[in-house]
Amino acid sequence: MHPAGSVIIFTVASGLGFGLLTWLGLGLPNTVGWAAFWHYAVGFSLAGGGLLASTFHLGNPQRFLKAFSQWRSSWLSREGCLSVAAMAVLGLFAIGLIFFRVSWQPLGYIGAILAVLTIIATSMIYAQLKTVPRWNHWTTPILFLLLSLGGGALLAFQTLPGLLLLALAGGVQLLAWYLGDGRFQKSGTDIGTATGLGVLGKVRAFEPPHTGNNYLLKEMVHQVGRKHAVKLRFIAFIMMILIPIGLLIISHAVPIVVLALVLHVIGTFVQRWLFFAEAEHVVGLYYGKR
Amino acid sequence: MTTLPQSTQKKLGLVIDLDTCVGCHACVVSCKGWNTENYGAPLSDQDAYGAEPSGTFLNRVHSYEVQPEVGPAQLIHFPKSCLHCDDAPCVTVCPTGASYKRQEDGIVLVNEDACIGCGLCAWACPYGAREMDQAAGVMKKCTLCVDRIYNENLPEEDRVPSCVRTCPSGARHFGDLADETSDVSLLVAARDGMDLMPELGTKPVNKYLPPRPKDVIPEFDILAPYLEPVATTQKGFLGWLDKALEKI
Repeated sequence: MHPAGSVIIFTVASGLGFGLLTWLGLGLPNTVGWAAFWHYAVGFSLAGGGLLASTFHLGNPQRFLKAFSQWRSSWLSREGCLSVAAMAVLGLFAIGLIFFRVSWQPLGYIGAILAVLTIIATSMIYAQLKTVPRWNHWTTPILFLLLSLGGGALLAFQTLPGLLLLALAGGVQLLAWYLGDGRFQKSGTDIGTATGLGVLGKVRAFEPPHTGNNYLLKEMVHQVGRKHAVKLRFIAFIMMILIPIGLLIISHAVPIVVLALVLHVIGTFVQRWLFFAEAEHVVGLYYGKR
Repeated sequence: MTTLPQSTQKKLGLVIDLDTCVGCHACVVSCKGWNTENYGAPLSDQDAYGAEPSGTFLNRVHSYEVQPEVGPAQLIHFPKSCLHCDDAPCVTVCPTGASYKRQEDGIVLVNEDACIGCGLCAWACPYGAREMDQAAGVMKKCTLCVDRIYNENLPEEDRVPSCVRTCPSGARHFGDLADETSDVSLLVAARDGMDLMPELGTKPVNKYLPPRPKDVIPEFDILAPYLEPVATTQKGFLGWLDKALEKI
């Protein structure tokens, strides 16, 4: 799949934002006044900024309101509805904390649940696609959730939960890579089933329908950059998981946590780029590509 | 509404004969010609006369080589457009309700006024049947020429999809695949019509007729064994060369 910048920024930023908002909704840390203001400002800018970034890849973003209508069937629509609901509920909770110095905790809990559901809905946009066998697996939502909550914990200075969640995320990430590499083969879809000609013999794409490029190839048969995938996996895993965990084991001092957070975010961007770049869509089979 | 109908009264679709398709791409041109000036936004081209031309097409013809275990390879031309699936994954993922499957005839359409151009339906389609128009920013797909098949301003023989009307080799057939007595259903039954990627559970309405097996000419000439070449070793200069090279 084509690793579009807007979608990478969207999933990383809003993942972190809703991760942070989850912790804030739970009252961790329990701050009021200006401290609460800054916490929520960071949470809302990441969550909202990410959502805004996602509109940059739309062909007709001015019709975005319609995207809230199909929550019965569409994960993308659910994601939109849940994100707005989470931000609205936590916005009210934040108003209480910032302006009245009171904690309407039930509101916070509801908001936290909505934030978690938002993260799950985001991941399900990808995990639901049978056409991308690497994504179509339970590790996708679990990994998104653990990374969002782990990164959010670092942002909320919840260092111990952050440490544990990052360790779990690391384990799931390794599993996702390991299982993901064999998913396409295992799916049973190949050029033989794609064309139905596999029963006759060995099928080879002889001539493409057109000499130039097209939308399908640009969007779904992205092959550039996969050659560095192994190196990038090392970079992503070390920066996203290993170094932040190492730093948090050494110290919980503010500068160290900030450093761990920055490295984690950079690593997550690399991880997310790979998430798209390494994902192979079955339509590539029609072009004799993966 | 982007939930799928429980069932559709008709299942209008295409039956494509891979045995007779000659790969002329006339259906591609005819489809683009009709659909660029009728239903919805035109099918735009980018850099049409430049170094890297590309454009939106609703129908494309691939060509595949099939090498059987014995015998010569076969070349098969393979037109591909929307299969108007019963369980269309492109419809349910749509966040705006722009994508829908019609209850009355099973045609999968896009309401372009509601499409935000997110591209998720194209990701959900295993067949590459949907292409985002780069000029209009909305998703384009085969409409089964919904503006021809019910169009009473056209002569009756023209009330079929443009690709079907154009095909010079009669490789494309249009009809109701829910009706077991329709011509297309009988054709599918007679020729073992098949689904593409059945393992993905999309239940395509369009069917493909596999190429018929090639004739094998039986050995019937009783004199043929006597006409086999007799000399197995080379003589003269080539024979000497063969031996000399062997010894090196």
